[in-house]
Amino acid sequence: MPKKIKLTDKGAEFLKQIEKLSGETITMCDQCGTCSGGCPFVEEMDITPSQIMRKTMLGQMDVLDSKTMWICASCFTCTVRCPRILDVSKVSEALRQTKLRQAIDNIDIKDISKEDAEELPSIAVVSAFRKFTS
Amino acid sequence: MGKKTGVYLCQCGGNISNTIDLEKVQEHIRKEKGEDVEIKIFSHMCSGAGQKLIKDDIESGVFDRVVVAACSPQFHEKTFKAAMVKGGLNPHVLEIANLREHCSWTHKTEPEIATTKAMDVVDASIAKVELNIPLTEKKMQMGERVLIIGGGIAGIQTALDLADTGKEVTLVEKLPTIGGKMAVLTKTFPTEDCSACIISPKMSDVQDHPNITLYTNSEIENIQGHRLHFKATIRNKARFIKPEINMDECLACEQCVQACPVSTRNYWEQGVIDRKAIYIPAALAIPFRYIIDPETCLNFKEGQSCSICADICPQKVIAFEQEDEIIEKVFDTIVVATGFDIYDATEKAVFGYGKYKNVVTALEMERIVDHISEPEPPREVGNRVAFIQCVGSRDEQIGREYCSRVCCMYSVKLASLLKAAKPETDIYVFYTDLRAFGKGFEEYYKKAQKMGVKFVRGKPSHFTEHPFTKQVSITVEDTLSRQVIESDFDLVVLANGMGLSKATDPIANFLKLAKSEDGFLKEAHPKYKPVDTLVEGVFIAGTAQGPKDIPDTVAQASAAASRVMVTLAQKEFSIDPILAFVDQDKCDGCKLCIDNCPKNAISMNSNGKAEVEEALCLGCGSCIASCPTEALDLYAYTSDQIYASIDAMLSNKNENEKRILVFADNNCTYRVADALGVRKMKYTGETRILRMPSSGRVTLNLMMYAFKKGADAILVGDCEVNNLRVPWTSEVAKKNIEIAKARLIESGVPGDRIYFEEFNAGALQRFVDTVTKISESIKGFEPITSEVKEGLCQRK
Amino acid sequence: MKDNIKIPYFPGCTLKTTAKNFEISAIEAGKKIGIEMVEMPKWNCCGVVSSLTSDDLMKHVAPVRNFVHAEEMSEKGTVNDSRMLILCSMCFNTMKNTNRRVKNNAEDMKSINDFMYLEKDYEGKVEVVHYFELLKEIGFDKIAEKVTKSLKDMKIAPYYGCMLLRPKEIGIDNAEAPAIIEDFITSVGAEPVNWDAKGRCCGSYHTVNNKDIVVNLAKGIIENAHRSGADAIITSCPLCAFNLDNRQKLIMEKDPNFKTMPVFYFTQLLALALGLEEKFIGLEDHYIDPKELLKNKNLI
Repeated sequence: MPKKIKLTDKGAEFLKQIEKLSGETITMCDQCGTCSGGCPFVEEMDITPSQIMRKTMLGQMDVLDSKTMWICASCFTCTVRCPRILDVSKVSEALRQTKLRQAIDNIDIKDISKEDAEELPSIAVVSAFRKFTS
Repeated sequence: MGKKTGVYLCQCGGNISNTIDLEKVQEHIRKEKGEDVEIKIFSHMCSGAGQKLIKDDIESGVFDRVVVAACSPQFHEKTFKAAMVKGGLNPHVLEIANLREHCSWTHKTEPEIATTKAMDVVDASIAKVELNIPLTEKKMQMGERVLIIGGGIAGIQTALDLADTGKEVTLVEKLPTIGGKMAVLTKTFPTEDCSACIISPKMSDVQDHPNITLYTNSEIENIQGHRLHFKATIRNKARFIKPEINMDECLACEQCVQACPVSTRNYWEQGVIDRKAIYIPAALAIPFRYIIDPETCLNFKEGQSCSICADICPQKVIAFEQEDEIIEKVFDTIVVATGFDIYDATEKAVFGYGKYKNVVTALEMERIVDHISEPEPPREVGNRVAFIQCVGSRDEQIGREYCSRVCCMYSVKLASLLKAAKPETDIYVFYTDLRAFGKGFEEYYKKAQKMGVKFVRGKPSHFTEHPFTKQVSITVEDTLSRQVIESDFDLVVLANGMGLSKATDPIANFLKLAKSEDGFLKEAHPKYKPVDTLVEGVFIAGTAQGPKDIPDTVAQASAAASRVMVTLAQKEFSIDPILAFVDQDKCDGCKLCIDNCPKNAISMNSNGKAEVEEALCLGCGSCIASCPTEALDLYAYTSDQIYASIDAMLSNKNENEKRILVFADNNCTYRVADALGVRKMKYTGETRILRMPSSGRVTLNLMMYAFKKGADAILVGDCEVNNLRVPWTSEVAKKNIEIAKARLIESGVPGDRIYFEEFNAGALQRFVDTVTKISESIKGFEPITSEVKEGLCQRK
Repeated sequence: MKDNIKIPYFPGCTLKTTAKNFEISAIEAGKKIGIEMVEMPKWNCCGVVSSLTSDDLMKHVAPVRNFVHAEEMSEKGTVNDSRMLILCSMCFNTMKNTNRRVKNNAEDMKSINDFMYLEKDYEGKVEVVHYFELLKEIGFDKIAEKVTKSLKDMKIAPYYGCMLLRPKEIGIDNAEAPAIIEDFITSVGAEPVNWDAKGRCCGSYHTVNNKDIVVNLAKGIIENAHRSGADAIITSCPLCAFNLDNRQKLIMEKDPNFKTMPVFYFTQLLALALGLEEKFIGLEDHYIDPKELLKNKNLI
């Protein structure tokens, strides 16, 4: 259901914070959709990568509740294609970090079965924990 | 010396004398100069009476050089020069001391400061004028010879306009026919008139015009640049067909074409239909003549000697032995109309162009659509067609920030034409922003929507080809519905953007034409000199200057023609005598100056010494800094003159005072200071403003000398890059300043004392802020000790 | 060019555990073509993934430590090439990223050096080089000359994945149209297939707690390879290898009609082509057994 959104000072502050953390000027996003069209994970996401750029620009903090940033695996496909040379993977990381720094981890070691733990290469486990915990 | 200088102090009806104590100034000059000067105070120097005063004084033989201390030279320098001539003196033994804008108006509320500053300004002018020498303008004759490079619609339009007014036009086109890209298009937007039909009469006119000499299949090999005097070398490449002297020589019977065994890509059909190695480029080709393409013709392949066409030709006009012809011609003006190349989409592998069979360029699509209604079209389009916008435009990944301006509309056109011919085709245009800004564009866009063309806002970024069907799968976010579309298309059309044609590069090199950031040729001024270049006598027309559609191109081409006419109407041109010159005795032939002239005006003469080509020199003075032996100098701004001015300007400084010496370029910085005066805007009285031809003239030695003579800080000003008269003087200045700063540090001079600023005419407050900042920062600086000063510069 | 490149070698964690066949084949093949890989006496985990936020300097300490050790090797003269050779794509990307950051940012370099105050300072003398780059340097034509067992009937899908190509400033080739692995495949006598998934992500670490993502992506990649006529896929990333090879088990569970495909480390094919013994190739460590394929092609 379409819902009206409010543009707030807090939202503007949120944009500034994500821009600082990511080092990207999110207001430069042209919303061309290049990132989403090339994203190998887009079908797994609830909102598209270009939407997280948009929502962040408009200070919509519910972007932090979306799955998208957790699904992004920093494959950098969007990074090398964005016509504005924006790095969406850095914005994803900044959003993940914003959440993680509230001490909310996105993975629990207890959820990994013994069989998995034995089978998985260390490279997988280390990277998952680096991305999903703070 | 034996000469006397006449000094006129103008009251300007109180504008000057109400603030500045002119009596005191007069007294000061008398004390300094004694019998060498004759001083007069007058109410309005610019009035008829004032001018007469100068004229009469000169005629009476009292003095042989003049300083007028009045308003800024931008107002009445010409007036006073005329008075000098009337009196029988050379106009260049005159100096203007700017008492009104730079002194009395700016320091209206500080009469003492204004008066002190006025003394310095007059002193500097007197010191300079003592070294002025008479200079004469040289006149050069012009003909009416115009070279137009590029035979597309821009070159054609310029050529016809000029030829119709009786100019001698030479049009050079590198391809075997004129017509350019327009000869490849099917129809034109938004009116859908047939491109060939509207350009082909103009092409014929070019061929038939008595005032146009046309060289097709020809390249410019070299242009030796002289201002309004260019010598071009044209290579008219062999067609391998005997020249047509009588109409009956070649019958255009086509037997040669039918017999030729070679099949290759035809540019005018964009590969949609092939051609033979011997061919006539297109039905509308001008000249309508055969040509053999030596790249593909088997006769030219090593170890082969195919001559089927020559054998079959009933008229025996084929001549494999024909050689290129070299033509040398002199021109007074040049119009560069070298046009664009479409973006090479193979550089962006993601689109699959060149790899996937069914990904085509828009130019290829022009030809596909042109043939689509034929009973057996050479290429079918299938059921679902995608247009991809912004391929090679607005994409910083490939360094192309700009919008190519025509792609939205040509895609709308191609989609509309296709839809009209094959209404069952499902057509999608994927765009980021649909730009329909021109006359009739929005209406045309709406018409396409009405026909059922679907416009989807999103830039596809994943393309794959089905290995068997050769359909292309596209993944794209519809950014309006936020859904990701993944679908197969039978044909994908890339809307390639425009870039400066590669063929322009050698031309730009010969003529030293600058490029703007987008890579296109740079106009002399983006607003009021849109078809001039910074090289006098060279103009640009069409897309070589930047992306544009046909009407804009034609309008600009006519503008270029008109600018050529204005230039040629002057019949002769004069060379401003403010030119660089070389002291042949001091020059040691090191050649360092040669690369330091943006206009290639310096070359080595037969004695191995540098020499300035006066027709080329723009008098910016940037070369001077590069000369290690001080052999190079600039008339009207010689080093001796500037040293003398600096010395005089700073000589009245008291120990407890500070001085900021402003080296102000004549075009921007000096005028900003004038404008501040007009607005009565105050800034620090520590400033002393010295007029310079450009910031590039401010050499290391001049800066060091200024510090030696008491300057506490220096501000060097020039125009912003876009408005520079000679677009590199500020680069030279920045380099010189770096060296000067290092020299100060080496010599033990504390503090940041040299500043550089780029001004535009409106930068009044910035000038005030800059000098205020400098004044603040030098407050705490220790004065430079006389010992250190001595070490800065050898000159006394 | 030195006759014999003696270079510090950074293995990374996975080459010592699940990707031993990657390491052994690389070391042994290297000996045949003039690369002597000197394993660093001291090394630590690089962190696997680069942190991408602006305030994460701490996470770049681990790679810098490794560079310090590589510099020490050069100083001691135990190597004749001061660069650092890496096989694993992820380590390569992470290490190169950090190296660029500290080399281009004196302040960051200083902060990290100050932090590691017990160690020697990193002087920025190390360049990170991938095995593929070293092969290219030696010359693929030279490699081809050393081949004793040409893989001439093999059609190979060159899989770059993400970390060898992106971001552009880290990648070893054109991010959208790379050719280095194709050139390698040609050099060992095999035929590189032209396919669309060579730079497509395999799902990476989602294999830990979101296997479905990996299953979907890996399935798409392998099917694409089949469509292009490939017999096998080669990679230089142990995580890609795991996702593309081991996860075929889950793909088969999901789709019984799924056609499997062996996945090799590129160095295994190099070792094979250079005529090395099977024990140096490590064909036992695969989930999808490649031996049948190699037998069919008369390669073992």
